[in-house]
Amino acid sequence: MIEIRFLRALVGAVMALLSGPAAAESIVLASTTSVESSGLLANILPQFTAKTGITVHVVAQGTGKALDTARRGDADILLVHDPEAEAQFMDEGHGRTRRQIAWNDFVIVGPAADPAHVRGGKDSVAALKAIASAGAPFVSRGDNSGTHATELRLWKIARQDPGTAREKWYRDIGGGMGQALNAASAMDAYTLTDRGTWLSFNNKGSLVIAVEGDPRLVNRYDVIELEPQKHAGAKLGPAKIFADWLVSPEGQQAIGAYQVNGEKLFNPSADAPK
Amino acid sequence: MGDFLGIVGVSIGVSLAATAIAAAISLPLGAALAIFSFRGRRLLVILANAFFGLPPVVVGLVLYLALSRSGPFGFLELLYTPAAMVIAQAILAAPIMTALVHRASERAWARYGDELISDGASRVQAIPQILHIIRADLLTAVLAGFGRTISEVGAVILVGGNIRGLTRTMTTAIALQTSQGELSLALALGAVLIGISISISATVFALAGGARTAGSDEA
Repeated sequence: MIEIRFLRALVGAVMALLSGPAAAESIVLASTTSVESSGLLANILPQFTAKTGITVHVVAQGTGKALDTARRGDADILLVHDPEAEAQFMDEGHGRTRRQIAWNDFVIVGPAADPAHVRGGKDSVAALKAIASAGAPFVSRGDNSGTHATELRLWKIARQDPGTAREKWYRDIGGGMGQALNAASAMDAYTLTDRGTWLSFNNKGSLVIAVEGDPRLVNRYDVIELEPQKHAGAKLGPAKIFADWLVSPEGQQAIGAYQVNGEKLFNPSADAPK
Repeated sequence: MGDFLGIVGVSIGVSLAATAIAAAISLPLGAALAIFSFRGRRLLVILANAFFGLPPVVVGLVLYLALSRSGPFGFLELLYTPAAMVIAQAILAAPIMTALVHRASERAWARYGDELISDGASRVQAIPQILHIIRADLLTAVLAGFGRTISEVGAVILVGGNIRGLTRTMTTAIALQTSQGELSLALALGAVLIGISISISATVFALAGGARTAGSDEA
């Protein structure tokens, strides 16, 4: 049994090599890392594929890179979470439609010892100010992702720029959310994370949620279809079927049903965008 | 479990294909570099040796830009497919194999070259004969190439995209597991990867057992 499956996979790989892209209909979805690493896509995509026969190949990259991948024409559809960068993408004429599919929130996590005394607070900006004045280690994604963009906006509101100032306590790791959490866990540092990745992350160490519930920490996920005139090579037909499914009652229900340890990770919001 | 076997299948399939392609180029090329003398030969030999250290992530980036829909080879629609990973890995493995084959061929040519030519062989005909003489070294060269491909992560994640069920290999899966904080799973997968590498090398050695003793006096 195991051997047969293995051989099938091996033959499949070789066939894929010979025939190039798979013959069955498939699209490339460039997405933020959180929808993949939280397990959401692995959970809902089989339902979509079973219904439509369309396979969705997920390339999880972080929002900034995902948008660039689509600009170069290497993605058929986008699932991202940085409103400002998305607006720019639409202004450049790359996107045709942009629809919100779900939201959750960001949280600031930090060591249980809480050297900056921010734990239990709601105000994310006040917390960043306290972290800065305490000189407590803070891990930044530094990768142009949606989470990184949110973090930079918060620093701006706090009128601080620790990245440019090259503050020693500000650790720019240039990596994905999981890498940032691993680093924060190892260094007893604070960091900003989306709740989905946080809940499904399995190496928390002494990290706990320090700040949550700030309206500025809302995290919106949008699906973006590409503009046919700029992206004639993209598979826009099946991409549209996927986008429509995500905002349909069925897709929304699938998103809302996904839980980790009994906690809902994403709140469907196609009908009432946050 | 199905996922896991698929990942192992993709890893081995891609690495074997890349090693085979690299071998098809590197074996004759390595021998030819020892047998023929022509302008630029030294440069090729130096390059092959220097490219031992070719950074995979750079190969991945250049190939990514080339295969992108907005790049020169975008029409092939190869980005984010196993084929793109095979190309990247073949590029990484070929210099190692070429340099190792060249070094062994040079020694064999110095020793048997005159003899082969006086037996009436042309230099082109001498290529397979030299390769036959150094067959034990070919094993080392091919395994070194395979080792480079199966263990590589920087290039395949860029051109393959780490797509579940399509281009996810053992190394990119380990990177993903680590990013999800699943460190023990990542470590277990790492142990399996090492186990598979060792078994493949051991199998090849066993299959080529005869060649080892036959070729050992050329070392």
